[in-house]
Amino acid sequence: MTVLEVVLVAARALVTAVVLLTAFAYMTYSERRLVAVFQWRIGPNRTGPFGLLQPLADGLKLLFKEQLMPAGAKKFIYMMAPCISLIVALTSFAVIPVQLDASAFAQQPGSPNSPERHLWQIADINVGVLFLLGITSLAVYGIVLGGWSSGNKYSLIGAVRSAAQMVSYELALGTALLSPLMMVGSLSFSQVAVYQEGQLWLGFAQPMAFLLFCIAAVAETNRAPFDLPEAEQELGAGFHTEYSGMRFALFFMAEYVAMITVSAVATTVFLGGPWLYPGATREALMGWLPTYSAIYFLLKIAIFMFIFIWLRATLPRFRYDQLMRIGWLVLLPLTLLNLAITSVGVVLGWSHFTFMLVVLSVVMLLYAFGKLNRRREADAAHH
Amino acid sequence: MDRVVDDLIALGKGMSITFKNLLEKPVTKQYPEEKRIVPKRTRGRHVLHRYSDGQERCVGCLLCQGTCPAGAIYIEADENSKDSPTSKGERFAKVFDVDLLRCIYCGHCEMACPTNAITLENNTALAGYSRDSLLMHKEDLLEPIGTSTLGSTEHWDPKPPTNVADRVPAQTGNFDGSATSAAAVGRGDLNLGQKPQPPKREVGESQDA
Repeated sequence: MTVLEVVLVAARALVTAVVLLTAFAYMTYSERRLVAVFQWRIGPNRTGPFGLLQPLADGLKLLFKEQLMPAGAKKFIYMMAPCISLIVALTSFAVIPVQLDASAFAQQPGSPNSPERHLWQIADINVGVLFLLGITSLAVYGIVLGGWSSGNKYSLIGAVRSAAQMVSYELALGTALLSPLMMVGSLSFSQVAVYQEGQLWLGFAQPMAFLLFCIAAVAETNRAPFDLPEAEQELGAGFHTEYSGMRFALFFMAEYVAMITVSAVATTVFLGGPWLYPGATREALMGWLPTYSAIYFLLKIAIFMFIFIWLRATLPRFRYDQLMRIGWLVLLPLTLLNLAITSVGVVLGWSHFTFMLVVLSVVMLLYAFGKLNRRREADAAHH
Repeated sequence: MDRVVDDLIALGKGMSITFKNLLEKPVTKQYPEEKRIVPKRTRGRHVLHRYSDGQERCVGCLLCQGTCPAGAIYIEADENSKDSPTSKGERFAKVFDVDLLRCIYCGHCEMACPTNAITLENNTALAGYSRDSLLMHKEDLLEPIGTSTLGSTEHWDPKPPTNVADRVPAQTGNFDGSATSAAAVGRGDLNLGQKPQPPKREVGESQDA
């Protein structure tokens, strides 16, 4: 690596971080506005035109707020925990290919990375998915350490809940991702994106994996209805009860950046990444691709963010036993079943459409069997 | 598996309901710019009324002070001067203070008033920077000279007497201070209703066993 390359990568990382944090600020704004509209309210609209300066005002307020530290806190860990959360959240975005340029297609899987190749992918490593899953599982450290070092029972409960939840759903998350990745045959995100050229998107080929991934992703990011670690009503905001000012804001940022990251993963793997419509090819989008692929990508992320907010506006929080049951008794078996079906399909060389048909018919069959079985049970109970 | 699918269908139904709400118009009023129209008989801040000739309706009879359950009204009455009477009666209210922090906006004062002098009006924007600013004096409450209104009592059902402007005090069956407030003015001495009596105890019955 030459000095120039290092500088390029660093500059790209800096810009990405700044963009992500700005996106975080405006996510809080759009979330507040959207949830308000869902509830027939207006939301913050006083600060600047349409309230657009609200995130700025919030940020200033948080900056100047006193940063309290409880007497019983473990000082060093208490201060490190929010940093861990944010660093982990930002780092995981490094492997996401936001935009592809023409040279991305020339690359073979596993070939060395050159920094001038992808405009907005900081690091195109050949085990990108693995890296991302590994880094996101570190996020639990920020939460657990933060909750524990606060010296507050409720924070600790929130942290422990979070740890259990993350472990349970990470499994389903990773397993759900495995099915489409088996079809691609690569762990590199840019290869996944290139693979979907001219194809039915993997989200259509793997509808069950897509759905399960979305559910697990909501749980991974501690968003409603899986927001048990920060349950305001039961725990008084859970693991970040004792955090104020900018330290709290770091946790807040981490949550939203994590949301953006999982949305980006879902987009890349299931919704065709930078491709405008299913079946789009380089020729069809020729000329536009380098410029506009980022826009398509960001639009798809925005759709996921909207769904995140929509879910929050709709669903009440799960009970803890429900959470565990969904994770271990529903998500995990279904992802494993899907994985089995996919491996058969990969060996037999099915097309994307066949994959979709097979998965959907298996779901229908299971549904019918389940219904019949339940009716038989009900009949037996009658006689 | 069937339960999972059923639950997902239920989830979809719930999501569609909230999505429909997304398309509804917000019910929020942008308050300082856009005010909600309150019912005409809303009981907000008090107003003391005048007759069309500019004289005050209040005759300083203290009925409102007597009926006020919160003790929010304080009146000092004084004799009218023969040459330039302030009110139509023998006396007038020299001091008329209403403590808005004590007032519970029940409207008993306007019901008790025999001359329809005090009414609760639609001004509900009652906030101040100090306790003193919420202690209303007569000057704050009186309607300006030249205006003569009946206030929110115009919208009562049954209506207050329309000829009340000419009669001091108004003695119609509809809006009669003495009928509505006798018990209150009597300060509890009048035994009108059945007061709950303390249970009579048998002689010799003892509490400690």
